[in-house]
Amino acid sequence: MLDVSEVTGGGIMPPPTLHQGEPAAIPHAKGAWFDPVFEGLCFGAATLLLASLSGLVISLAIGGWPALSHFGLSFFTSTTWNPVDDVYGAAGPIVGTILTAFVALAIALPLAIGIAVYLVEFCPRMLARSVSIAVELLAGIPSIVYGMWGLFVFAPLFAKYVQMPLIMHAAPGSLAEKLFAGVPNGANIVTASIILAIMILPYMATVLRELLLTVPPQVREAAYGLGCTPFEVVTSVIVPYVRRELVGVVMLGLGRALGETMAVTFVIGNAHGFPKSLFASGSTLASTIANEFTEATGELHTSALIALGLVLFMITFSVLALARALLSTKKV
Amino acid sequence: MQVHELRRKIVDRLFTIACFGATVLALVALVFILWSLVIQGIGSLDLHVFTQSTPAPGSQGGLLNAIVGSLMMCMLAMIIALGIGILAGTWLAEYGGRTPYGAVVRFMNDVLLSAPSILVGLFIYELLVRPFHGFSGYAGAVALAFLATPIVTRTTEDILNLQPHTLREAGIALGTPQWRVIRQILWRAATAGLVTGGLLGFARISGETAPLLFTALNNQFFSLDMGHPTASLPAVIFQYALSAYDDWRRLAWAGSLIIAVVVLSISIIGRFMTREKFKP
Amino acid sequence: MFKKVTIAVGAAVLVSGLAYAADLAGAGATFPAPVYAKWAEAYKAATNNQLNYQAIGSGGGIKQIKAKTVDFGASDKPLKPEELNSAGLYQFPTVIGGVVPVTNIPGLHSGQLRLTGALLGDIFLGNIKNWNDQRIHAANPRVTLPNLPITVVHRSDGSGTSFLFTTYLSMKNPAWAKQVGGSDSVEWPTGLGGKGNDGVSAFVKQTVGAIGYVEYAYAKQNKMPYVLIQNKVGQYPAPNAAAFGSAAASAPWANAPGNYVLLLDQPGAKTWPISGATFILLYKNQQNAETGKSVLSFFDWAYKNGDAAANALDYVPLPVGVKTLIRKQWAANITSGGKPIFVTK
Repeated sequence: MLDVSEVTGGGIMPPPTLHQGEPAAIPHAKGAWFDPVFEGLCFGAATLLLASLSGLVISLAIGGWPALSHFGLSFFTSTTWNPVDDVYGAAGPIVGTILTAFVALAIALPLAIGIAVYLVEFCPRMLARSVSIAVELLAGIPSIVYGMWGLFVFAPLFAKYVQMPLIMHAAPGSLAEKLFAGVPNGANIVTASIILAIMILPYMATVLRELLLTVPPQVREAAYGLGCTPFEVVTSVIVPYVRRELVGVVMLGLGRALGETMAVTFVIGNAHGFPKSLFASGSTLASTIANEFTEATGELHTSALIALGLVLFMITFSVLALARALLSTKKV
Repeated sequence: MQVHELRRKIVDRLFTIACFGATVLALVALVFILWSLVIQGIGSLDLHVFTQSTPAPGSQGGLLNAIVGSLMMCMLAMIIALGIGILAGTWLAEYGGRTPYGAVVRFMNDVLLSAPSILVGLFIYELLVRPFHGFSGYAGAVALAFLATPIVTRTTEDILNLQPHTLREAGIALGTPQWRVIRQILWRAATAGLVTGGLLGFARISGETAPLLFTALNNQFFSLDMGHPTASLPAVIFQYALSAYDDWRRLAWAGSLIIAVVVLSISIIGRFMTREKFKP
Repeated sequence: MFKKVTIAVGAAVLVSGLAYAADLAGAGATFPAPVYAKWAEAYKAATNNQLNYQAIGSGGGIKQIKAKTVDFGASDKPLKPEELNSAGLYQFPTVIGGVVPVTNIPGLHSGQLRLTGALLGDIFLGNIKNWNDQRIHAANPRVTLPNLPITVVHRSDGSGTSFLFTTYLSMKNPAWAKQVGGSDSVEWPTGLGGKGNDGVSAFVKQTVGAIGYVEYAYAKQNKMPYVLIQNKVGQYPAPNAAAFGSAAASAPWANAPGNYVLLLDQPGAKTWPISGATFILLYKNQQNAETGKSVLSFFDWAYKNGDAAANALDYVPLPVGVKTLIRKQWAANITSGGKPIFVTK
């Protein structure tokens, strides 16, 4: 049991006795002087966070400015990426980034919700802890291991059991043939998206699980008491309860997917330009930076790579802003 | 009425199966990857890995300097990340979260969640490496903290937001100063969530290579001096995994296995410590 | 309790930054990293001096030495004399290696397929799309090649290996020179990009009909079937230490200002046409005489004692004549406060 005096610092004072005409003495709890200090500390931390992030974005803008001013708008629409002639255009990596991130999210979000709901609602207590730890373990695998696993284990299997059958069974000239065209060695957008989905899944599932656990038991019990099936409880009561924070979960996953470098670089095939089919190789903003930054010596080349980083930030900005706008309208 | 009942039951059954299926799928992926990891890594794990420093190809050696370096940098990074992240998340949840300024802070935090780690490394390079004319473990730790802090901030804010208002009101009604309400009531109630945030942050940075490339560099030899290039496990794994030499590649898999095991252990320990004390 | 432990450990970590000071730090090219690591290990055992070299890429090496964050830089691509002079840098070679095209064609072993530089260029341009193309057959009359589409595999990341390969193609194939050019990172007209030599090897191994290019060490260690390339005098030597060494021995080191020498298409019957040296970058005027001396002592030691280690790792040491020349250059070029810091013995 919580000792009340421990919490209030022994500052409970007896109620003031009121005399006619005297203003009541306002009791101050012991330790209240620390309040503004603490608030200041928290505010300072938040401001420090904001300052460092702004510093990062500003340094990107400064670094990327030479390339952006040189190419202007064509930087965003051109698919040419030629370090020899010093001509750079970010359209290919932009498309690759958005495609892989959204496909990964589309795969991972339903799975994460399913896992979190299963762990909280259906899983037997004994098993729940071990399974949730197992899911968290996926988060602890270094991204380079995902890359190596993807390249040496998953890609060949994907090529053999998914790509080959699809390519062989697609009638020549059909839409299917165009969609599935590509060298069957597993190095393509879809493989990268699947690996990304596996990588962001544990973060989303873990946080979702924590969120679902904070729903007060009374809310749950009330719903069950009304005769709802578990499905209805989850969809009509529990998930809406944490809807606001659900955005946070999606952001966590999307953020990871947009910025993931190593794993994607290994399996995406790294071809510049627009991907021509589902199974074509592509590139992402992060993978292009990772591939070329350490060796880039030209001023314009380096600046173009930093500009890619800036573009990545801009994409994240827009996606987040959009999500927020959508949410604020729904909350009515 | 009957049909409606049946439909609800079927939907519910399908839903349950779907959730179960999702979990199974995730576990299958995990087992698959771990299986590859263990098969490759366990053969190379012996005492040398933990007692000797990184070797040149063909020589005998281990990963001692990399393990120690990673531990030092990750711990320093988590101290910074937890310190700033929890305080910032608290500010967002309890103080200024609903102001325009708070909205900006929250937004920027979410944006940083997706920062490509190599760019963070470059930024810290400009800040802490170039002016001081030398790579250092401290710069590496700061770069890692940059990556972990947004995760901690995000989860802290979310968890604190979900604490019922009755807790706060009860504390204030007793005359408790706000900082005590936060520290002794809210933080305690949310400990499991805060620990999760810390663990997720740690999991994220323990396998990061790119931010360390331009900050801590890496070190072939054993060193406790964080003011100079410091070895790290991910950097060594990255270098060795992509090399042509068999002994280096085996060490890379061993290192990957070590990271995975460490994250798992810390995860289990964290859960254990918070579960036992604070079960409702 | 948890908090107290954390604070204590944190304090210990911060305080412990007094244990060791690394002696020398160098960074740059990935290609020689294994052999530098081997030399550093042996050097420490022999002299108790520590030299920490890290591979961050040739571009990184150049940037870091210019920013003075390391004691020396390393690059697979030599800097042009103008760039050296404007930065006050000096460069010298350390070891030699070669770039080898590798294939995955069923039934074909190492050395069975012969190509000229021009043909190789056409394949990588995407102008030759199938292995049974007439042009390939003309160069290989005694080999039957299957009806198999060619999949080109190149490097997705910038690298000295790509620099050597693409520069060679530019020399031998005018269309390549015009359309693509030679650099550590180019706009490849066709094909897949693998990350690192490892990525290229993996893609080639996994894709039937693939052709890629890797450092010799990778081709040898992974036992990949290599292709023979016609050299300057029309011969098709096998890629090995002797072939790369022959390239180094035939190159005009003595006449090259700033040691800017590309070992591509060098003369000699046994010369492998796509060879390359890797270089160390140093400031001509050393701010700290001790540091400069230590760096040169290390490489001097390596020149004397490092050949066996280099050979064991599939690198080729410099010919003796070149080493003598370089030592003379050290004595003449590297100074500190006006005084030379290296004396040839």
